Amino acid sequence: MRGPRALAIGGTAITAIVLAWVLFFVLPQRFGRRQQTSAAAAAATPSEAAPGRKIKAHLFYVAEDGVRLVGVERDVAFGDTTLQQARELVAAQIAPVSDPLVSAIPAGTTLRALFVTDRGEAFVDLSREVSAAHPGGTVSELLTIYTIVNALTENLPAITAVQLLVDGKEVDTLAGHIDLRRPLTKNLATAPQP
Amino acid sequence: MKFRPLSHFSAAALLALGLAPILFSQTPGASLTLLSREGRRPIPLTLVGDQEFVALDDLAPIFQLTVQESLGAITVSYRGRTIVLTPDQTLASVAGRLISLPAPPARAGRRWLVPVEFISRALAPIADTPIDFRKPSRLLILGGLRVPRVVVRHESTATTARLIVDATPPANSTVAQENEHLTIRFDADALDLQIPALPPAAATSIIQGIRSVDALTIGVDVAPRTVARSIAQPVDNTMRTVIDLTAAQTETGAAPPPSAAPAPAPPLDLPPSFGQPAGIRTVAIDPGHGGNDQGAVGGGGTKEKDLTLAVARRLKVTLEARLGVRVLMTRDDDRDVPIDDRTALANNNKADLFVSLHANASMRKTAAGATIYSAAFDEDASKSASGNAERVPAFGGGLRDIEMVPWDLAQTHHLEKSTAFAALLEDQLKDRVPLAARAADRAPLRVLESANMPAVLVELGYLSNPDQEKLIASDAFQHAFVQAFYDAVVRFRDTRTNGGGGR
Repeated sequence: MRGPRALAIGGTAITAIVLAWVLFFVLPQRFGRRQQTSAAAAAATPSEAAPGRKIKAHLFYVAEDGVRLVGVERDVAFGDTTLQQARELVAAQIAPVSDPLVSAIPAGTTLRALFVTDRGEAFVDLSREVSAAHPGGTVSELLTIYTIVNALTENLPAITAVQLLVDGKEVDTLAGHIDLRRPLTKNLATAPQP
Repeated sequence: MKFRPLSHFSAAALLALGLAPILFSQTPGASLTLLSREGRRPIPLTLVGDQEFVALDDLAPIFQLTVQESLGAITVSYRGRTIVLTPDQTLASVAGRLISLPAPPARAGRRWLVPVEFISRALAPIADTPIDFRKPSRLLILGGLRVPRVVVRHESTATTARLIVDATPPANSTVAQENEHLTIRFDADALDLQIPALPPAAATSIIQGIRSVDALTIGVDVAPRTVARSIAQPVDNTMRTVIDLTAAQTETGAAPPPSAAPAPAPPLDLPPSFGQPAGIRTVAIDPGHGGNDQGAVGGGGTKEKDLTLAVARRLKVTLEARLGVRVLMTRDDDRDVPIDDRTALANNNKADLFVSLHANASMRKTAAGATIYSAAFDEDASKSASGNAERVPAFGGGLRDIEMVPWDLAQTHHLEKSTAFAALLEDQLKDRVPLAARAADRAPLRVLESANMPAVLVELGYLSNPDQEKLIASDAFQHAFVQAFYDAVVRFRDTRTNGGGGR
């Protein structure tokens, strides 16, 4: 009775291989792709880019000393124009992070809109939380502002200056200190250096 | 039952009425002053006990009242509205509503007298014209005339004196000095004036007399060779004018010889140096935040707005007492002050130094230490602030160039001195309080940009750091900070007078 026994062993082996293939290759690809697609759809803008494509970018977080920003290399969704890429960068930068990273962007802040002028000035319109939920203090205000300024100017050479808007409006300051009436550049001597 | 307290009241008043024939007396000279567009005139007052009464017959022509007595009631009619008084009642009906008076109406011969409160409680509610009755000063003001209540206070030491003149509601005034006479003239229709009595020792002091010159002017007699400096600042619903009087010293105005050797460093504990603090006369202190804007809040509950005000008050006292400079505060209580108003106060009063006090915060608890910021401008802003010369006609013919600096870039012209002061302050602070790694820094700070004088913003420490929160709220820290700041101002003044030049 060698024949049926061998058949049974072979059948079990093939079933196991097929099952493993389905489990480790087919399903992850299907569901993984679906997850990436939904992540792209959830981004602030309808992206024309191929779903799932990533770029490496420097995003900025509060340094150990609490007074500077450090650049951390992270994957950010690809955008096929400067404008699309700027939106992806800000969306990634303002997303909540967990330990050991500490973000200088107040919780709940969302990107309402982003425009880039011909002169390379980006206007970043953030939701009111960026001001209303701000902890105050000159340093934390500098950290919040230059998190956005640096994320755009470091990663996108086409953007030279950044002006923050809150809830669609120009504002004097976020929390009473730093002048936001003019676009700010990365090269300003006061920017906490990464 | 509802009227029970009132009936007690009227019982007491009836008792008073019973005594009335004994105490009833027309006090000669006592009168109300009526102020209206037609001018001022007296209305005689009659005293019954402590209660002041006024005759209805005297009020009738002023307010076009008709007074009728019938069925034991007195009916006062005013433009179709009626007030009904009952001779032995403290209650009166005013256009159908009950009011109470401190005493019932009283008869004096053929005239009816009513308590003076009749004017504010019975007449004012139904009158078409604004009636402002000020009992303490016995003023009756009609037709919305501007009659600020002016309270004069004074403080004196051997060589200095200070007059504090509060006008409520706010009224502007002009202070002028002619030799030994100082006049304070108000922009108003009349004054409700309270002048303090001077102590007998006044003959030897700087202030020799305070009197009312005319309806709108207060006169102050001062000792010969007195220098007066005045400053006006709104405080709540009051315009406060502070006049500092100092005895001029013989060497006043004599500038140090330009070739003089550098002055020796002043001792740490300088005696009060009144006279002319050349270079620094006025310091503006800006306690950050206030009102709804709490600023940063520490884990222990310390609010930045309270901390900055407490330190500012200490600093003001020390600078005024030991340096003899004027100190302006952008706020002296818990209130919102727009950023532009803060610098405007310093600019309009030509302050020589502006300091904004704050407490810092970070997203991480590690951050610690004080930081002194001066303004930072990007290149474009600095460019647009300079070279904007405008040609304007000059007095006497011809043209001249004047430099136009946008309001919000005024600080660009003072940056060098601001950073110099920041360095002096860092030097004084470094051995006394913990400093941040980069203690003298630059940032595009909104409140500094429009300051038209050397200006710095001081972050005292981090409220986000529990140890720092305790430290900067402590008496020892605040004392050390104030002393260091005072020493820095002394050195800054000396660099300016010794060849540093004015601004």
